[in-house]
Amino acid sequence: MIGIVSYGVYVPSYRIRVEDIAKQWGEDGASMKAGLMVEEKSVPDLDEDAATMAVEAARAAIHRANLDPQDLGAIYVGAESHPYAVKPTATIVAAAIDASNAITAADFEFACKAGTAAMQACMGFVALNKLKYGLAIGADTSQASPGDALEYTAAAGSAAFVIGQDKVIAEIEDYTSFTTDTPDFWRRDLQKYPSHSGRFTGEPAYFRHTTSSTKALLEQTGLKPSDFDFAVFHQPNGKFPLKAAKSLGFTSAQVKTGLMVPFFGNTYSAASLIGLAAVLDKALPSQRILLTSFGSGAGSDSFVLRVTDSIEEVREKGQKVEHFLVSKKYLDYAAYAKHQGKIRM
Amino acid sequence: MREVAIIGVGTTKFGELWDRSFRDIAVEAGLKAIEDAGISGDDLDALYGGNMSAGRFVEQEHIGALISDYAGLSGLHIAATRVEAGCASGALALHSAVLSVASGWYDLVIAAGVEKMTDVNDDIASDLLVSGVDREWEAICGATLPSLFAQMAKAHMQKYHTTSEQMAKVAVKNHFNATHNPLAQYRREISAEAVLGSPIVADPLHMLDCSGIADGASAAVVCTAETAKKYTESPVYVKASAQASDTISLHDRRDLTTMDATVFAAKKAYQMAALEPTQIDVAEVHDSYTIAELIAIEDLGFFEKGAGGTATEEGQTELGGKIPINPSGGLKACGHPLGATGIRQVAEIVQQLRGEAGKRQVPNAEVGLTHNIGGTGGTAIVHIFTR
Repeated sequence: MIGIVSYGVYVPSYRIRVEDIAKQWGEDGASMKAGLMVEEKSVPDLDEDAATMAVEAARAAIHRANLDPQDLGAIYVGAESHPYAVKPTATIVAAAIDASNAITAADFEFACKAGTAAMQACMGFVALNKLKYGLAIGADTSQASPGDALEYTAAAGSAAFVIGQDKVIAEIEDYTSFTTDTPDFWRRDLQKYPSHSGRFTGEPAYFRHTTSSTKALLEQTGLKPSDFDFAVFHQPNGKFPLKAAKSLGFTSAQVKTGLMVPFFGNTYSAASLIGLAAVLDKALPSQRILLTSFGSGAGSDSFVLRVTDSIEEVREKGQKVEHFLVSKKYLDYAAYAKHQGKIRM
Repeated sequence: MREVAIIGVGTTKFGELWDRSFRDIAVEAGLKAIEDAGISGDDLDALYGGNMSAGRFVEQEHIGALISDYAGLSGLHIAATRVEAGCASGALALHSAVLSVASGWYDLVIAAGVEKMTDVNDDIASDLLVSGVDREWEAICGATLPSLFAQMAKAHMQKYHTTSEQMAKVAVKNHFNATHNPLAQYRREISAEAVLGSPIVADPLHMLDCSGIADGASAAVVCTAETAKKYTESPVYVKASAQASDTISLHDRRDLTTMDATVFAAKKAYQMAALEPTQIDVAEVHDSYTIAELIAIEDLGFFEKGAGGTATEEGQTELGGKIPINPSGGLKACGHPLGATGIRQVAEIVQQLRGEAGKRQVPNAEVGLTHNIGGTGGTAIVHIFTR
């Protein structure tokens, strides 16, 4: 049985409210909030980046299942905001958590779905019995050009998942991927902020890929939407995952538990994984979870997960996603701009 | 001069056609019109393509030859011409086709309108819209197209006590009509409250007072009235094709509440057709903004100057009203792919006069009118058709 052995989440404690961003740009905060279905977004501290947050989530995951970091055979970090263009984040994480030197490690980039791609890579090694545990992380301090539509949601957070065959808390029963060359969102080398093609990021990008991947998974497994207790979709805002879910025949009740974007914003590579963590915080043994990520560029990975009896013991030993909902400090736009490095001295 | 008729029309779906290119939609509309006319592409003598800004939307000029080529007509070496008059480019294509057939120069001509707007982002699209007015004296000074129509709306409100609710009614009516139009971009009803509650674009115009950015194409096949019956049982006759111009800048106008280009084009058109405004059964008018429909129905003589708001409020322009305006859903709900709109309006009137408009059919429509403007009324083109 291949699946998730442990998980850990980290979200910085700083927040900025959607209204405060709207106010800065002369936009209507209330209609922004309603349109995006997002209340506020997380903001990293001045000294936080994708690497430090990946370390936080990795430590939480190791601690939660009381694992020996020396048992990790692979560490993959997915992000679109790796602090170095050349120099891996994964080696920083490996050193920080005291992993063995006899590991394979690399950074992944696939916009918002690099974390689930890292999970798939770990599953492959585990299936081949080449290693005991693989660590897959999605972490981002996403950037948005000041005043851009993305600025209302671009947030920071990380999630780490240990993949293995031993003491699995959620079995990965099956998975599919759907990938095309679709230029909906990109950031070229040496550019500070990403570019995007406006409404094109909707139907031809997010919706086409999430629904195609999910449909393929349902077809491949013979499962129906009603066979799932929870459904987690990539959540760039609150509206998109609910719309995708509805079009596929899932209910908003199935989506709600894993819908964290209203409180954290879009944590990019961590977004669907934090949603999955929020579900694992609550799910009962034998319940079934759908996870569909989305990365611009573009692709989606979909997974069927089945919770095992081991869940109850493991999850209580780590901080739940709820913890990050409570512990928060609000910033005004000026302080936020400083935190995000938008003010250049 | 020879009498002219329309023997076939065709229109693509309007909206965000992400998976279709400029040439795809132009050819689709053309082939639909050719099929509707029951002719072969080989029969055509010329092509007129109305388009406002392919050069900036898709970085393609010389679209006459492009469309002809991708329609499979390059071997015929027909005259293929692009015409442009801002948002009135579509009607200008038909006007040009009509002149060419009426003069005896050509016998069978296709007039097309096409615009692919969604390959650029909204900011660029907004900037391209304002290139239809005076770049140096309006756009560079900060005017956007909605802000200019907002000034017209403010003037109309001040002079004639027109209200935001009356303008909202235009959007409500046109959205309702579009629920019966399978090719429209927005096929959902909206309430006056939703219009008035939508964000302000340029006071007093709300987001739902404005037409949508869209891709789309439409085409019409034109021949002499004398030969029309050879191709179809139900030709639609072009009784008038009138074009007029005015100052490019809004601030140089005599009156902000009227478009003299519309008034003059309408006057010429009614003279040509020997018809009165009261004899028009159905009209497609240029409602790029809701205020534009109110100004148009007054300038076209359907209502007294200043009475457009009240008439709309009373339902006189609804399907079943005194004169149904924009049964298709208009630019507001069909979407407004700039160069395509003028021909899309013609295609609607042709369907109305043939009695093929389904649930949005105006009963026994015999005389129809189209009204297409460029910019804030720097150009206006009015066509009148009978069955």
